[in-house]
Amino acid sequence: MHKEFLMGNEAIALGALAAGVNLVSGYPGTPSTEVLETIAKRNPGNVYVEWSINEKAGMEVAAGAAYTGARALVTMKQVGLNVAADPLMSLEYIGVKGGMVVLVADDPGPISSQTEQDTRTFGMFSKVPVFDPSSVAEAYEMIQEAFDFSARYKTPVFFRATTRVDHGYEDVEVKDPGEYYVNKAEGFVKDPSRWVIFPRLSVKNHALIEKRNAELKDVLSEYPRNQIVPENGCGNAPCRRGIATQGVSFMYTLDSLRGRNVRVMRVATPFPFPEKLALEFLKDLDEVLCIEELDPVIERALVFVCGKYGLQVKIRGKMTGDMPLSGENSMEIVDSAITAFTGSEGERPYTMPDELPAPPALPVRPPVLCAGCPHRASFYAVKMAMKGQKTIYCGDIGCYTLGNAAPLDMCDTCLCMGAGIGIAQGVGHIEPDTKCFAFVGDSTFFASGITETINAFYNQADMTLIVLDNSTTAMTGHQPHPGTGRTVMGQIVEKVSIEKVLRAIGLKVVETVDPLDYECSVETIRRAAAEPGVKAVIFRSPCIAISKPKGHSHVDSDKCIACGKCIRELGCPALVKAADGKKAAIDPSLCTGCTLCEQICPVKAISGGEKNDTAKGGCHA
Amino acid sequence: MRKNIILCGVGGQGTILASRLIATAAMAGNIPIKTAETIGMAQRGGSVFSHLRLGEEANSPLIAKGETDLIIAFEPGEAVRQLPFLKKGGTVVVSRRAVMPVSAMIGKSSYDPEQMIDYLREHTEHLIIVDADRAAQELGSSKTLNVVLLGAAVRSKELGLSEEDLKKAVKERVPERFLDLNMRSLAWSRDNGEE
Repeated sequence: MHKEFLMGNEAIALGALAAGVNLVSGYPGTPSTEVLETIAKRNPGNVYVEWSINEKAGMEVAAGAAYTGARALVTMKQVGLNVAADPLMSLEYIGVKGGMVVLVADDPGPISSQTEQDTRTFGMFSKVPVFDPSSVAEAYEMIQEAFDFSARYKTPVFFRATTRVDHGYEDVEVKDPGEYYVNKAEGFVKDPSRWVIFPRLSVKNHALIEKRNAELKDVLSEYPRNQIVPENGCGNAPCRRGIATQGVSFMYTLDSLRGRNVRVMRVATPFPFPEKLALEFLKDLDEVLCIEELDPVIERALVFVCGKYGLQVKIRGKMTGDMPLSGENSMEIVDSAITAFTGSEGERPYTMPDELPAPPALPVRPPVLCAGCPHRASFYAVKMAMKGQKTIYCGDIGCYTLGNAAPLDMCDTCLCMGAGIGIAQGVGHIEPDTKCFAFVGDSTFFASGITETINAFYNQADMTLIVLDNSTTAMTGHQPHPGTGRTVMGQIVEKVSIEKVLRAIGLKVVETVDPLDYECSVETIRRAAAEPGVKAVIFRSPCIAISKPKGHSHVDSDKCIACGKCIRELGCPALVKAADGKKAAIDPSLCTGCTLCEQICPVKAISGGEKNDTAKGGCHA
Repeated sequence: MRKNIILCGVGGQGTILASRLIATAAMAGNIPIKTAETIGMAQRGGSVFSHLRLGEEANSPLIAKGETDLIIAFEPGEAVRQLPFLKKGGTVVVSRRAVMPVSAMIGKSSYDPEQMIDYLREHTEHLIIVDADRAAQELGSSKTLNVVLLGAAVRSKELGLSEEDLKKAVKERVPERFLDLNMRSLAWSRDNGEE
């Protein structure tokens, strides 16, 4: 054993290694990404690791491994689970032979997601047991327990952590590689009555699953992480109030109790719900406050238990208006809820500071595309090329969603991975006079853009597909994908060509341009958009975070006429106002020398950057 | 020991490395530590923060309002944003240099950094202002603002760690070729802190 300062996701990864995981698959997504990356980094050498092209593929790869008796882990964020829902729903009916943990990172807030969906609810829906850690150090232990549990009951299990556990850091006592459990897979044993899902097998297994999950309620009531915390300040008088909580909110609760008179139950496995433990917790209580994030899972379960056993306990929480219905919990939310619930402030360790007067207008900082980001150039070129025409710009999931921000304003819709293509198609069928564009990133194209493009092509859509190829999965921290020619295991592999895929589908117009060549880009878009049917333009230029900056541009203040065009139209963080408050200036610490501003300056007052020379095809073809 | 510290700034300014340096120093001294930070989309030019909790008593990685011993702010507006977290009589170390948001540049919002400094002066008992522009000029790099601010923080005595502890952490975490620059950065505020 030794101590390390670990991110929650790193602790989960090391825990999986300690549990003898044999195969790990997944698709990047905040806040889950670092789990798989850490496994790849700390791989003792005998673990197969892959970034799958999407969560569905990852789920199926992990299931296959678990069919052989291997221990498998698949990682994703909560919306990724929607993509993987199809195989998982059926897999629960089939079960596994080894251990299989489905790691899903939920994102209360949401901080970087489209939805505030709750994987605990998904557990109930899919009948898959759920483990819900409360801290980084606990997550390390709990994922090992989840693997053992999965192997024992031959079912996939959810390991559901939330952002504050995934991205929190803590000093954690971890095993040395020599202490890791070694799991030897027996190999796949043919047995159609077990591995081939048919209606007859489904109805039989459905009953078995329901029976097993009912039994697991009792088993999990004995699981030590489902626990009743000894009463705080009840003294000899019986405690009449209780708090039921989970995840990081359990930690907020512990720090907010401050001697206030309540009994606390922490639920570590929200499904199957530890009913016996809940009965013990509810004994002699008048009221319970449920402190949880996302769905009122514990609250519903306790209302159910009270109804089932005829208990007269008032259950409070989200459904009674005592807790917020959405958003992330904070120390303040939890503390004030406990104050309202107990009618007591408790003893504060700090004297509260005086109330601050309202501050001056704080800077507004929505996330923006980085200085020198090639997506800015792509969006600007399309915007200029289509000026004056009726258009819709359907965005997608990735850094380029940030194209929605002023002044670019180039993202009219954004729904989920790959959806922009279908939405552009759908709008076009109803509004034939609208020029429909779909923007999709390279990794998103491989994840879910290909089938959508085939759909559009087959169904005679009229639209332009823009592939923003920056040769990486940028938003989640630069993971490789099929177009990069390398894998997370470090192998150099054949690249999948986006152009060839599009041509194979049947697209006649497939053009590739360097977006940092402004005029060529505008000309290419105009030409392509005028063609009938589905046509594609691939803007290819590497993400600035994975390429070396080429010096930086500077503004010749004698030439600058202070027209403000560069600042106003590009919205590049490196373009600022000079000391006179009128002319343009460039922050050299941010500028990458992409030259976009040089190319659009009407008086050529900006120079010093270096134009790429990598464009192939397009106007030079 | 019990210390609650907030690091705040704008994505890309190096708050995460600074948080890591404090953690490394705390670990070396066997002080339990928990942190929570902003990772992901907000890093693209958004407001970012790290909460650090040192000591046995902390369960939660997040700090409650009014319970922070020390705020280390990489930007004046971000210091003001986090000020409600500061305890009565707490300390703020702040870089004077503002990062103007794109929204202010294109006239969609307004931001006056000098007002922020004035507000901090008025509502903070212990305020240490670091002249980041002068530091960058004298050190020959603007990339080590995080370490300059840590140096000022350690000398405020509110960090709960010694300058020696931090030096060791920098040696452990920073690549050899940047070591000299970082050591000079750590020491820079010794003669240049402005109370």
